[in-house]
Amino acid sequence: MKAESLSPIEHEMLEISDLVVEFEMPGGSVRALDRISFKVREGTTLALVGESGSGKSVCAQAILGILPTNAHIRSGSIQFRDPKKKGHCVDIASLKSTGDEMRSIRGGQISIIFQEPMVSMSSMHTIGDQVSEALFLHRKIDKDQGLQLTQEMLGLVGFRNPQQSMQLYPFELSGGLRQRAMIAMALVCHPSLLIADEPTTALDVTVQKQILKLIRRLQSELNMAMLLITHDLGVVANMADEVVVMYHGRVMECGSVEQIFNKPEHPYLQSLLRAVPRFNLAEGERLNPIRGSEDKSNQLGDLYKPWEESQREHSHHLSIRGLSKFFIRRQGNWLGKTTAEEHIYAVRDFSLDIAVGESLGLVGESGCGKTTLSKMLMCGLEPSAGSIVYNDRGTSVRLLELRGRSLEQFRPKMQLVFQDPYSSLSPRMSVNDIICEPLLIHNIGDRAYRNKRARQLMDLVGLPVQALNRYPHSFSGGQRQRISIARALALSPDLLILDEPVSALDVSVQAQILNLLKDLQKELGLTYLFISHNLAVVDYIAERVVVMCHGQIVEIAQAGELFKNPLHPYTTTLINAVPAPDLNHLLDFNSKDIGISQPEYWPAPYTLSPHVSSELVEIETDRWVRVHCDAK
Amino acid sequence: MGYVLKRLLLMIPTLLLISFVVFVIIQLPPGDYLESYIAELQAQGESVDMEKVAYLREEYGLDKSFGEQYLSWVTGFVQGDYGYSFEYDLPVSEVVGDRMYLTILVSVLTIFFTWIIAFPIGLYSATHQYSWGDYGLTFIGFIGLATPNFLLALVMLYFANVYFGTSIGGLMDEAYINEPWSWGKIKSVLEHLWIPVVVIGTSGTAGMIRRLRANLLDELHKPYVTTARAKGLPEVRLLLKYPFRVSLNFFIADIGSMLPSIISGAEIVALVLSLPTTGPMLLGALQSQDMYLAGSFLMFLSLLTVIGVLISDLLLAVLDPRIRLEGGVKK
Repeated sequence: MKAESLSPIEHEMLEISDLVVEFEMPGGSVRALDRISFKVREGTTLALVGESGSGKSVCAQAILGILPTNAHIRSGSIQFRDPKKKGHCVDIASLKSTGDEMRSIRGGQISIIFQEPMVSMSSMHTIGDQVSEALFLHRKIDKDQGLQLTQEMLGLVGFRNPQQSMQLYPFELSGGLRQRAMIAMALVCHPSLLIADEPTTALDVTVQKQILKLIRRLQSELNMAMLLITHDLGVVANMADEVVVMYHGRVMECGSVEQIFNKPEHPYLQSLLRAVPRFNLAEGERLNPIRGSEDKSNQLGDLYKPWEESQREHSHHLSIRGLSKFFIRRQGNWLGKTTAEEHIYAVRDFSLDIAVGESLGLVGESGCGKTTLSKMLMCGLEPSAGSIVYNDRGTSVRLLELRGRSLEQFRPKMQLVFQDPYSSLSPRMSVNDIICEPLLIHNIGDRAYRNKRARQLMDLVGLPVQALNRYPHSFSGGQRQRISIARALALSPDLLILDEPVSALDVSVQAQILNLLKDLQKELGLTYLFISHNLAVVDYIAERVVVMCHGQIVEIAQAGELFKNPLHPYTTTLINAVPAPDLNHLLDFNSKDIGISQPEYWPAPYTLSPHVSSELVEIETDRWVRVHCDAK
Repeated sequence: MGYVLKRLLLMIPTLLLISFVVFVIIQLPPGDYLESYIAELQAQGESVDMEKVAYLREEYGLDKSFGEQYLSWVTGFVQGDYGYSFEYDLPVSEVVGDRMYLTILVSVLTIFFTWIIAFPIGLYSATHQYSWGDYGLTFIGFIGLATPNFLLALVMLYFANVYFGTSIGGLMDEAYINEPWSWGKIKSVLEHLWIPVVVIGTSGTAGMIRRLRANLLDELHKPYVTTARAKGLPEVRLLLKYPFRVSLNFFIADIGSMLPSIISGAEIVALVLSLPTTGPMLLGALQSQDMYLAGSFLMFLSLLTVIGVLISDLLLAVLDPRIRLEGGVKK
C-alpha cells in the first residue's frame, strides 16, 4: 500500500459506525440499515455486496445525504475525512441534507455513478451542460476554463471527439458511452470518494469490461477511493480490495477480497457464492439457490403428452432458413422525397435447426438482433426474407404462411417469456386472471376448468395456490418471473422462447428460476430457445449455443465445447469479458479488444465486411464457424 | 428551416379541408337565410315581394350549385372578402371588426393568467405533497373548478361595480363603443378586461395546477433528479432546471387546443358579461342561418387552432431535443 506514512486515522477516509436508517411507513417504521459499520481507506476499493433490498443503495444515499424524505438516520455516524483537507473531519450523519456544507461535499468531494445511464441523465440537456454543472457549482472558475476542463474529462473517459460530444444529448449515445459520460460527470470535480452503484449492471459484458477498466485507470490516476455497490460477485472479484457482504440491512461478513472468496465463513456468503453460475460447473451440478423453493407435486398428465418417436423423427422442431430482416433508413429532403436509401440488417441470413426437446442458447450483445429474431419466430414481425418450418408433432407447418385463423390456432404451440417481470405483468389483473388470460383468448374450457388449470400451473412453478387472488405488485421479482412462466405454460406450448428471463433478477433468485426452467424442461419435454447476454447462464441451461453478432450467426457449438475452446475471435472476447467470481481467473484488462464489435477488424479468416460474402462452415461435427468465402 | 416551411405548406391543405367541412355543415340545415327570412315575414303577416327575394337570391348566389357557392366563398376568403352578412346587412369584415382582435386579446391574456397562477402553485403543491399547503391550494383549485363560470362572472361583475365603479358588462365604457382607439379607450378596456380573464381563466387554472402537480410528481422521483441532487445542486435550481423543464412539454403541447377551447368555452361567460367578442355573435349567426358570417367565424377559429398547433409544435421542437433530433429519422 502506498499510503503507509499516514496515520491510521487519516488512512480511513470514510468511517461508518453503527449506522441505523429507518423508513417511515404507514404501518410503522422499517429498519433499512441496522447498525452498519465499515471503513473505506484512501485510494482503495470497498465492495458492498448483497441482493436487492439488502440496503446497499440506502447506504450510498445516506453517505451522500440524499435519503428519501421518509427515511431518517436514527443513530450512528458517518465520519468523512477528505484527504485533500488534512485534519478535517465531518460527521455526515449530523449534517442537514440540504445545507450548504452537505451540498459542497455532495458532488464535490463524494460523487456517485448510477446504474441506468439512460434514465440517470436528463435527455433535455446536453452532455456538456450536465457534466460541467458540478464543476461550476463547486469550483470558482470562469466559463471557458470550465468548459475546457469538461472537455478534458470527456477525453479522459474515452470520448473520441470531446469537443463535439459536448453538444450531444444522452439519447444520441450508446449505453457504454452514456455510462462514460456519467463517469465523467461524477469525476469532473476530482472527488476523493466515488460511489459506484451497480455501474455496469445494465451493460453488455464487453462494454462492462471496458467500463471497469476505465474506472480502475481513473481511480489510480486521481488517487480516489471507491465504494462499489454490486450484486455481481464476478465484478467484486475483479475490482475490490475489501468486501462487505450485506443481507437485510445488516453486515454479514467483511474482510479482504481474498478472505471473502477463499475462506467465506458466514453461511449466507457461502450459499451466495454457490448460487452464481460459472463456466467450470461440473456436469449435472445444480446451482444452489439461497432460499430453497417448495417442492411441488406434479399432476400434469392432462397438460402434456410426451412426443411419440415418429413425431420426433419427423423433422427438427424448428427449422429456420435464410431468415433476414432489414429496416430501410431513408434520407429525404424537406418534401419527404427520398434521396438516399440504406438497408440496415437487424437479422441477416439466419439459418438454424432446433431439435425436439433441445435447449438452445442464443448469445449476443445488445443490438445484435436477438429480440428481432424472437419476434419473427413468434410471427410478431414480418421477415424480409427466409422461411421458418415448425414440426407440429409430425406435421410441418410453414409459419410465415399462416394467416388469420390458422395463425391464431397455431399460437399456443410457441410461447414467449419476457425479460422484465415488472413490466410484463399487468398490475391491474390478479394472478389468476393473468394465468387464465391465454386460455380465455383461445376459448379453452369453462371458468371452472381454467381456474383448475391456474392452480395446477401455480403448483408447477412452485408458488402457493393461495396467491392466485393477489396482484403482481405483492410479489418479488423472482415470484413474478414464476408467474410469467406459468402464463407462458398455460397453453401447453411445446416450444418456449425465453428472452433474457433472468437478467433482471438477483443471483440467488436467478439460480431458483434457472433450476425451475431446467426441471420443467425435463418433466414436460419442452424445447427452449434461451436468449441471453450472460454466457455463464447460457452455459448452465443450454446444451448447444449459438453466438450472434450483427444479426449473423458467428459460431455454433455444444455448450461445454464452446466455453472450453472457442474458435471465433468474437466468442473468445465475449467469454474473456465475463468476470468470474474467482480470484484465480481475473479479467485481463490489458488484452486488446479493439474493434470487437466491428467485424471488419476481426483477424482473417473471420474478417467480415459488407462487401465480402461469408458462410458458416462446419469445422467439426456440430461445430460451425462463420468465415468469409475465400478462406476455405 | 425546412421543417418550418413544410409545416407552413401543410397548413394550406388542412385549412382547405376545414373550409369545406365548415361550408357543408353550414349548408346542412334545410333552406337558407332568405327562406327563414320569408317565413318570418309571413308569420308576421307582412307581404313578401317575391321579385326582391329572387333578386337577392341571385345577388348572393344562393340559387347556384353547392360547388359554385363554395368556390366563390373560398376564393373570396383568400382575397379578404369574407362574404355578406344578411342579418346585419353589412359585409362580414365590417360586422366582425374589432371583435376578432378583442377575442384574441382576451384569449391570450387568459392563457398567460392561467400560467402565471398555475405554475407557482403547481410547483409548490408537487414539492410539498400532502402538506397543509398542498391540501389548501388543491381545495381552492377544486372550488374554482366546480364553480360555474357564469355564476362567478355575475358575482365579480357585482363586486367590480360596487368597489371599483366599473360599468357592468362589456369590455369598455359605453362611451367608447364604436369610437376610434385612444388612451382613454385602452384604459377603459384594461379596466374591464381583468374580469373576463379571471372568470374564464379560473377553471383552466385549477385543471392546470392538478396536471402540473401530477406531472411534476412523476418527474420528481426519476433517477436523473437524484443525479442532479447528488451533484450538490440547490433544490430550487434543481427543480427549475430538470423536472420543471420536462413537465413544460405538456403545457406547450396544450397551446394548440387551449386557444379554441378558451374561445368556445368562454361563450356563455361572454354572453353573461356581454363582451364584444366573437362568441355571442357566432351563436346568433348560427341561429339565424347567417351563413357567411357563421362560416367566417368558424374559419377564424380553425385558423387560430391550426396556428396554435403550429406554434406549439415549433416550440416543442425548440425546447425538447428528443423531438428535434429524433423526429428526422424515419423508418
